[in-house]
Amino acid sequence: MKYLVCISKTPDTTAKIGFTNNNKTFDSNGVQYIMNPYDEWYALVRALELKETQGGDITLINVGGVDNETIIRKGLAIGGDKAVRINAENPSAWFVASQIANYAKNEGFDIIFTGKETIDYNGAEVPAMVAELLDLPLISFASKMDISGNKATIQRDIEGGVEIVEVDTPFVISASKGLAEQRIPNMRGIMMAKTKPLEVVEPLAIEEMIEIDHFETPPPKSSVKLVDPSDMEELVRLLHEEAKII
Amino acid sequence: MSVIFLAEHQQDTFKKSAFEAATFSKKLAEKLGTTAIGVVIGSMNNPGSLGKYGADKVLHVQADQNVPFDSQVFTEALAAAAKQSDASVIILAHSSTGKALGGRLSARLKAGLVSGVNALPDTEGGFKARKSVFSGKANGIYNITSAIKILTLAGNAVKPVRSETEAPVESLQVTLPTARITVKEIKTVQGIVPLPEAEIVVSAGRGMKDPGNWGIIEELAATLGATTACSRPVADADWRPHHEHVGQTGIAIRPNLYFAIGISGAIQHLAGVNTSKVIVVINKDPEAPFFKAADYGVVGDLFEVVPKLNDALKAFKAAH
Ligand SMILES: Cc1cc2nc3c(=O)[nH]c(=O)nc-3n(C[C@H](O)[C@H](O)[C@H](O)COP(=O)(O)OP(=O)(O)OC[C@H]3O[C@@H](n4cnc5c(N)ncnc54)[C@H](O)[C@@H]3O)c2cc1C
Ligand SMILES: Nc1ncnc2c1ncn2[C@@H]1O[C@H](COP(=O)(O)O)[C@@H](O)[C@H]1O
Repeated sequence: MKYLVCISKTPDTTAKIGFTNNNKTFDSNGVQYIMNPYDEWYALVRALELKETQGGDITLINVGGVDNETIIRKGLAIGGDKAVRINAENPSAWFVASQIANYAKNEGFDIIFTGKETIDYNGAEVPAMVAELLDLPLISFASKMDISGNKATIQRDIEGGVEIVEVDTPFVISASKGLAEQRIPNMRGIMMAKTKPLEVVEPLAIEEMIEIDHFETPPPKSSVKLVDPSDMEELVRLLHEEAKII
Repeated sequence: MSVIFLAEHQQDTFKKSAFEAATFSKKLAEKLGTTAIGVVIGSMNNPGSLGKYGADKVLHVQADQNVPFDSQVFTEALAAAAKQSDASVIILAHSSTGKALGGRLSARLKAGLVSGVNALPDTEGGFKARKSVFSGKANGIYNITSAIKILTLAGNAVKPVRSETEAPVESLQVTLPTARITVKEIKTVQGIVPLPEAEIVVSAGRGMKDPGNWGIIEELAATLGATTACSRPVADADWRPHHEHVGQTGIAIRPNLYFAIGISGAIQHLAGVNTSKVIVVINKDPEAPFFKAADYGVVGDLFEVVPKLNDALKAFKAAH
């Protein structure tokens, strides 16, 4: 089996959020970046487990600038066999998906793994775009997956429960929590990652369909109104009369 | 030109998101001087009832039964509906269904997509849609430049407005492709509003000490007609089912009212709940970080406070 794992980078959740260039650009000054947790913990690790039990080969792909090589190397340290970086700064979901599809179209991947969403812009857009561009089925928000031969049985999270589906390879799968257990790269992996191939490819020209107008930070929350713990009638009154929510 | 929306339904019941999409589409259509058209896929008893929430017309993609969800099949149906009604805007719910369709339709129709939109777009000099980004720490306003625009609508972003008008229903003949995905089983909790749709959520964390203590949380939720949620360690320890886990690695919700009981308010937890309209925090530690994100706070022992709150709410409900 040939697996492609799409990895993105995202600011650490604890990062301070600010903007520059008339609030049009995210201010990455001093921001710590991580591999998107859904890609690292679930998508990549499930691909690794499949490789370990059934054999195969894992390619990592990232669309991004040269700074992204830190997270790409981390992915290789966890267990990817080789990596491709499509060289582009601050790409949109449409740009990213077009590049991934363009790379994958002649490679014959059996399974393309993505995370369910990137936690910065929370788009959940790339997986469906890639699937459409390659005319492949998409199983999104997968929290369990087993495969026998070329038939996969997948549990996907839906509102208030799960759906169990079957699909034949090739397909695109987006990973949510539960698909695998997080792994931490060991020393051997880190050493080996240094010598694994990382190919840099120039992007295909794409016509964008959206553009950022500006970002806004919400006004700081006014401070909390404390209610006496022995007076819950007062809390109910506030929720009814002031917040008008019950 | 028209605004079309997918009305999600389960058997013969529309989901709440269908009514939200109807009302949102109607408001947007009025701004653009056009009509709002609902699209219903698969068997459904009364598709015309979407008119009550704003649809001017309903296109019904007929099928003998409920069409199981396969994003390729649904994309085919929606693309046909978009063509038939000369759609300039397509509205989907920001749900497990809508998220799997938005990107597909965007690639198929070469239509710009903004997902998780939380307000009516600004249509003066462009088409600017707003969504929450960076786990609720900012909003991004995006201008869609393509001829057709696609939005997925965040839950609880618009309140469905109801009237008594039914919409005319036209049937739309589409040859649907054979699904490549087979749905074997759907397991959903019955009789409870799913978390992403819930207007009131009662959530509890490690401060509960033991899974056996959840009775008071369930009672409070029952009084409020709320759905229950929990913090990650509680789900990880199997104290509560995994689908209740909210936050960065769980699900993101934006109810009108969120109760955080015995939850410290770690940033990864806040990431999934901080766009809730009103937040009430009950915690015995006055230094708990959650108080900074709260509208109302109670510093006290949850085992005393929650039953008191429940009694006060019951008295309030009885009087109103
Ligand atoms: C990468 C990453 C992702 C994560 N994702 C998530 C996520 O998606 N969701 C999530 O929730 N967490 C997530 N976490 C974990 C998060 O950092 C916190 O550890 C977690 O939210 C804490 O859960 P808690 O508030 O229930 O427990 P605690 O932090 O232990 O807090 C318990 C609280 O209960 C209060 N309390 C105790 N007894 C009482 C009492 N009798 N009455 C009133 N109050 C009482 C205490 O004062 C305390 O504030 C993530 C962490 C990481 C590193
Ligand atoms: N720049 C990128 N390079 C490679 N994969 C990406 C990139 N951006 C997003 N993805 C993949 O698409 C998934 C969903 O991303 P998004 O649509 O941005 O929420 C991520 O979890 C990744 O697997």
